[in-house]
Amino acid sequence: MVELKQEPQKLTAFLCGELDHHHVKEIRETVDFAVREQLPPLVILDFSRVTFMDSSGIGLIMGRSRLMEEYGGVLEIHNPSAHIRKVLRISGTDRLAVIRNQQANKGGAMNHAYPQ
Amino acid sequence: MHTLNELKCTFPARSENESFARTMVCAFAAQLNPTVEDLADLRTAVSEAVTNCIVHGYRDREGIISVTVRLLPNSVIYVRIADKGCGIEDIAKAMEPLYSGAPNEERAGLGFTVMQSFTDRLTVRSQVGKGTAVTMRKKMCHAADEAAD
Repeated sequence: MVELKQEPQKLTAFLCGELDHHHVKEIRETVDFAVREQLPPLVILDFSRVTFMDSSGIGLIMGRSRLMEEYGGVLEIHNPSAHIRKVLRISGTDRLAVIRNQQANKGGAMNHAYPQ
Repeated sequence: MHTLNELKCTFPARSENESFARTMVCAFAAQLNPTVEDLADLRTAVSEAVTNCIVHGYRDREGIISVTVRLLPNSVIYVRIADKGCGIEDIAKAMEPLYSGAPNEERAGLGFTVMQSFTDRLTVRSQVGKGTAVTMRKKMCHAADEAAD
């Protein structure tokens, strides 16, 4: 599941739940539609609400990174949990996109219940 | 192998069962009182193996995934995930990082890399036309040991 926040020059995709093979298809289609429509210079994949990720999630990131390259956009990954950061590291994805951890509570009503 | 406890389960190779498979193996492993990190590693490794059965083993057709989990001495967990799908022609090639047997599907080709990184021992047995069995062993650290710091 994904929620999009569209701002001038920036699209944030708040990814939610489990990023596995079963779930990434829908996320990919939703994000790609928005990206192709606006071609935002900056796309942020926010992982605050992601509870699990395997290499299907890596495939999702790699594919989005390739899409952004087509038009010179930049991809960032925000707020991955400690374990997801581990998956990003062993897959070398930390070389594909800047990873940032924001201290601010993004998303308004959501509580950050996930261990960091 | 000296088995202290065992779980065997089969289920259809459908993507909606990926989450269940992860949870099932981790629920069984919970009796070892493992650390959150080791459980997360195990969850991810299991997910890769189950996904391979669905995406590659039984590409475009139905099939059954068999999962065996054994608790071995010294807090070692053994997981075997098997299918009777198409099998792997060249196992060494399949295990190369970033190699994908499904190049049109936007797959990272990192399933085996993740399994190797998150477990202590990985074996892959396969026969073309017959199927594939992946076994993983991981020593799970006790949460209590970590809390003792």
